[in-house]
Amino acid sequence: MNAANPNAPNTTGHVSATNTKRALAHTLAVTSGKGGVGKTFVTANLAAALASLGQRVLVLDADLGLANLDVVLNLHPKVTMHDVITGTAVLVDAIVPAPGGFDVLLAGSGLVEYSRLTPEVRDKLLEILETVRPRYDWVLLDTGAGISDVVLFSVSLAEQVLVVATPEPTSLTDAYATIKVLATQQHRRVLRLVVNQTSKMGEAKTVHAQLKQVVDKYVNQALGAVVRLDLLGEIRSDVAVRESVLRRQLLLEAVPGCAAAQAVKILAARLIE
Amino acid sequence: MQLVQQAGASLPDEVPGSEPWLQALVDVLCDLSSRDALTGLVNRRSFEMTLAREVDRVARSGESALLVILDIDHFKNVNDSHGHAAGDLVIQAVAQQICDAVRPMDTVARIGGEEYAVILPNCPQAFGRAVAERIRQKVARMSVSIGPNTTLNITVSLGGAFAPQWVRSNGTLWMERADRQLYRAKAEGRNRACLEPTAISQVSAEEKGMLFGKPVTELSEDSE
Repeated sequence: MNAANPNAPNTTGHVSATNTKRALAHTLAVTSGKGGVGKTFVTANLAAALASLGQRVLVLDADLGLANLDVVLNLHPKVTMHDVITGTAVLVDAIVPAPGGFDVLLAGSGLVEYSRLTPEVRDKLLEILETVRPRYDWVLLDTGAGISDVVLFSVSLAEQVLVVATPEPTSLTDAYATIKVLATQQHRRVLRLVVNQTSKMGEAKTVHAQLKQVVDKYVNQALGAVVRLDLLGEIRSDVAVRESVLRRQLLLEAVPGCAAAQAVKILAARLIE
Repeated sequence: MQLVQQAGASLPDEVPGSEPWLQALVDVLCDLSSRDALTGLVNRRSFEMTLAREVDRVARSGESALLVILDIDHFKNVNDSHGHAAGDLVIQAVAQQICDAVRPMDTVARIGGEEYAVILPNCPQAFGRAVAERIRQKVARMSVSIGPNTTLNITVSLGGAFAPQWVRSNGTLWMERADRQLYRAKAEGRNRACLEPTAISQVSAEEKGMLFGKPVTELSEDSE
């Protein structure tokens, strides 16, 4: 008998009894603390990489306030999550296929009005997640920047968290703040890190070491618990990234052979290990 | 005219009926219509306008603004045991303490019988608690004289929430959030200030220093 993981956050209220074959999708929140570090870029390309590994993937635009997944993917569906929440459309109509072989559920700009989490929006988001989970292997939640209650709530919906940071001091500080909040408020004990836009190979290790050191000293000691920060991968600065972003194409579609695309694929492989 | 005089405002000095006189009269009336008669604070109507403006401003600027709602604890007891005149004195005294505890740029309003609200534009999140506590303590420390030999000590409960930054929202939602904290303060025993957790964990200077310093290689534990 496997004991239930005592550290698993109680996000869904569901207790899955299936240990052998997963009936519900893994849920992974991609968050960053600071905006503009490539969170949506990582989410979209990671989804494509997972899809290329045969996984059924849905990306849920959990950046309710200021979504730009639509911009990154160059998708402009008529029906969005906003319509689902307001009850003018059904969920299946709002889920659209994205270029990378995965599905996406976009928030729609109307959701800006809800960017304060009302209980209704909370319930609706939970309901949406519960509905889609049986149909996919992975649900990625692209969360907003910052650590507002909306962001924390969307992160709380996911079992796993991937923190995206760049080596920049501001990004590092915000990533650390996010890790601290998730550890203290959501009792997260395992967090994963991907370092984006590194300028030299191995820089991610340094960034990870810096973060880990502060987490060990300040978070773990304060909590009296061990918060594990795993380095999942490193994506180096790559001109191909900028080009694909400007062309509003997925890197994995536009320049699948480039170093950054390879790095994302490695990330995906490690994730499903 | 009577209304203006009765409200304690002075009539314009200009020649009655002249254009400057009319303008001055309109100004007086506008001011009266935005103020609470008992305390002279901003009234509910004017408060709601200010709140809506602040929400818009914050949405654009991303500045940090705090809304505090406060309520006199057990105010009904004051009215019941000492009469409504005493109740009025208490309401005025609390209003004065709030005004003394905040900056001139802040908007202090009376939004209900014994309920007040303060809008604090440009209030950093780190200072929110200090401001709310200052108001609470100022009120708790004062004695209101309601008769020759009678003074009352009053406490207030406060709830606060910061405006949503960078997003469009509305004043009603902001009020609801602050209100929820006020309920929490009441439920937790009154005479206290509860702020909505901002989730901004303070990253201390020490933590930052360590974050940007060189990773410390494991210190050897030879000494043990």
